[in-house]
Amino acid sequence: MTEKIIELNGLTKKYGDFTAVDQLNLSIEKGEVFGLLGPNGAGKSTTILMLLGLTEPTEGTVKVCDIDPVSKPVEVKKKVGYLPEDVGFYEKYSGLENLVFTGRLNGLSESKAREKALQLIGRTGLEEHAYKKAGLYSRGMRQRLGLADVLIKDPEVIILDEPILGIDPYGVREFLDMIVKLSKEEKLTVIFSSHHLYQVQQVCNRVGLFVEGKLLAEGDINTLSQKLFGNSPFAIEVSMPRDAERNPDVLERFKQTLLGLDGVLDVKKKDHKMFIECSKDVTADISRTIIQSGFELTYLNRKEYGLDDIYYRYFEGGKNHE
Amino acid sequence: MNDTTGQIQVAATKGITGWFRSAFAGRKKKEDRVLHPFRVIIEWEIGDQTRSWRFIILILIIALTTMGSLYTALSNISNAIKPNDPAGSFIFLKLFTLSDGTLPSFIVFISFLGPLLGIGLGFDAINSEQNSGTLSRLLAQPIHRDYIINAKFVGYLTVISVMFFALGFLVMGIGIIVTGIPPTPEEFVRIVLFLLLSVVYVAFWLNMSIWFSVRFHQPATSALTGISVWIFFTVFYPLIVNLIIKGISNPVWLANPAYQMFLEKLKLGFMRFAPNVLFSEATGTLLMPTVRSLGPLTMIQLSGTIPGPLPLGQSILLIWPHVTALIAGTVLFFVLAYVPFMRREIRSR
Repeated sequence: MTEKIIELNGLTKKYGDFTAVDQLNLSIEKGEVFGLLGPNGAGKSTTILMLLGLTEPTEGTVKVCDIDPVSKPVEVKKKVGYLPEDVGFYEKYSGLENLVFTGRLNGLSESKAREKALQLIGRTGLEEHAYKKAGLYSRGMRQRLGLADVLIKDPEVIILDEPILGIDPYGVREFLDMIVKLSKEEKLTVIFSSHHLYQVQQVCNRVGLFVEGKLLAEGDINTLSQKLFGNSPFAIEVSMPRDAERNPDVLERFKQTLLGLDGVLDVKKKDHKMFIECSKDVTADISRTIIQSGFELTYLNRKEYGLDDIYYRYFEGGKNHE
Repeated sequence: MNDTTGQIQVAATKGITGWFRSAFAGRKKKEDRVLHPFRVIIEWEIGDQTRSWRFIILILIIALTTMGSLYTALSNISNAIKPNDPAGSFIFLKLFTLSDGTLPSFIVFISFLGPLLGIGLGFDAINSEQNSGTLSRLLAQPIHRDYIINAKFVGYLTVISVMFFALGFLVMGIGIIVTGIPPTPEEFVRIVLFLLLSVVYVAFWLNMSIWFSVRFHQPATSALTGISVWIFFTVFYPLIVNLIIKGISNPVWLANPAYQMFLEKLKLGFMRFAPNVLFSEATGTLLMPTVRSLGPLTMIQLSGTIPGPLPLGQSILLIWPHVTALIAGTVLFFVLAYVPFMRREIRSR
């Protein structure tokens, strides 16, 4: 499992004065589902283009399947399937014909390509639409056809650039399940770029967080939250005590009561709610204490840090740096 | 006796089924053959073009004009043959050049509609693929980037060549049937050369519009730019050249024949920057063997000449610079399209 399939070293891409990707070091192992996370313009797509040899890095080296995509782009593209953002097909032709064309470009004969295309169309659930013109496909269908298009070359790695953008929630669910299933069945390495945190969290083994061309952090979700939230991995939101808005004394007393609890690290006021950071799960203690101290408890929510929080934490951090 | 016939019959059946089987195997083989990706793209492009409405419309326009000019040529061909005509032996070529004034001749039509065909086929070669998001998908396949632009050029050129040769040979065939006069070998060679030249001419406009399709993001912009260049050269360019010549000519010297000669040559020199002028001069020389010079001639140069057609070699020699210029222009536009296409970073949409 420790076989490295993608290695980036000091990868930098500059457009004039603008640095799109800055000193990127990253390695991805075979069979991983890796998520590239970040806001728009963070350098995710540029990194992907460099992985495929579609654009040359200004500095640094790329190795994909032990091949350098700068000098041998065609070799790399034999092994790597790439689904571009908002993929398009030849609209005059049916989905099947589009797939057969891609198959033939990848060195399959027409009959082989057809056979394989039909099989993949079955797997991606497009049987009913195989002979329909690609121009009539919906966004979600196009994305699924794109997945079939990527798979027809029997890739070792598939790279999906914003694959779930603009698909309805049900479609996203299906699409992600398909990716997970594929990566398990075919032992594919999947790289997945998105700014949809929630979905990435569901499927990725590991994520890398991109901001302004830099990889801020990488690791699985737990490691990331550990890294970010340090010794306060739990957070609990409770309703504010009545009168606390008008009367700061009440608020202060409330705070002190909670801070007296074992495991509570910090109590903050946030958007008409109290936000409690704890080193361990003390939800039950908190609710008991609040009620016993004569406050009212109308709302309590135990928060688990997800990518959302990681994401926002980073952007807050990023802004604070400036 | 019966036995042998039976055997022969069996053998014959075997032969036939065997032939069918091998034919069938041959067909099956084609489907099973792995083609080079370059050929796959060429086939795709040809299929894509020939199935498109635009191609059907263009081919209809050109077929209609061909039929029209062929009809006028055929109805006037009897009047065109004069007893002492030095070009009398080239009756067949008149099918392509003759006109009664109501409809232009075939070569005029081609020089007029050829650019439209080239622009029509090429104006959205690259930008429409980019806009529909197929280009980035195509680039992710294991092919070299230049395969795309090369295959497009080769594919379109194949379509154009097949179309022109089919039309040219159709005109010849109808001409043979109607007039009953077969073309001489020289006439045939001249017609083939003319068709080749037409293909080069259309390729020139094709490459120009492919260049626009790389340069401009919107297909509409590139189509309009292509059409403007075409209109500029057919309508405005001669006017501008005339204006310039008039402007720079000094009326005091006009009496001098050498000066007149100089002006005439200057004008011709300017005019020859227009691809359509090059093409019509070249085709005119090829299809009208009596054309002996493309520039002004003095009386001294003409004295003592016997009116007669030029041999094929001499006609080719006369138009060689034209052909070279057209091919050079074609290559130039191809390079202009090729280099930025190779360097550009292609993102989705």
